[in-house]
Amino acid sequence: MVTAVTNLGRSGLYDWLMQRVTAVILLAYFLYVGCVLLGGVDYPAWKELHAQTWMRVFSLLALLSLGAHAWVGLWAIFTDYLTERLMGTTGNVLRLAAQAVCALIMFTYIVWGIQILWGY
Amino acid sequence: MRLPVTAWVSIAHRASGVFLFAGMAVLIWALDASLASPESFASLRECLSSPLVKLVVWAVVAGLIYHTMAGVKHLVMDFGIGETMEGSILGSRIVIALSVVLILLAGVWIW
Ligand code: HEM
Repeated sequence: MVTAVTNLGRSGLYDWLMQRVTAVILLAYFLYVGCVLLGGVDYPAWKELHAQTWMRVFSLLALLSLGAHAWVGLWAIFTDYLTERLMGTTGNVLRLAAQAVCALIMFTYIVWGIQILWGY
Repeated sequence: MRLPVTAWVSIAHRASGVFLFAGMAVLIWALDASLASPESFASLRECLSSPLVKLVVWAVVAGLIYHTMAGVKHLVMDFGIGETMEGSILGSRIVIALSVVLILLAGVWIW
């Protein structure tokens, strides 16, 4: 049975596009932060960078993209390996449990990230 | 197991994706410590000088480099480039070669 209830966009094509868009955003973010780190930073410069509104927007965008990207990606993996076809009802239970755990972790990442970006 | 190079690149992309999902906790933790206060920034520096922590950071960075290289291959192929069997094998070899080089460079940088 194919259930399109736990995928992000309720549509494979939409999920596929989300996976690409978020991948490009993550790529841009890691390239940028990587370059900054390669250049070397001390605390004042690093703090100053993350105090800028555009940097906070960029970071939050990357964090939310990570959430969508990981959800779509992990969904594909769970629905490939943890299935009714492979292990009967256990598959369904395991899959939903795995998704619940990942959703909780992702939610924690996002709230934690917001707190870091705006909290200090 | 004998599988074509393309299969290994694909499986490793999956594995690195799952690994990164967990690895992001390390990066967010580091971001937290780096921004909280000058003291926590200094203690993060301190912490990052331990070989074990370096190894963990290197593992996450390596996962990110590999996943990104294989991810870019996906994106290139989505534009219809290299979709043939030969193209894909060549693409897979490029992904492996670039990843190895960049991961080694990252290792040099971290140490
Ligand atoms: C930073 C954290 C990241 C995490 C946790 C992550 C996680 C994942 C996961 C779990 C998958 C599913 C793999 C599969 O279905 O086989 C995936 C797929 C993908 N990732 Fe990432 N990823 C990250 C970053 C990136 C970046 C920076 C790129 C840049 C190019 C990227 C490109 C892709 C692409 C194109 C796919 C789709 C593969 C497919 O359609 O089968 N990812 N990712």
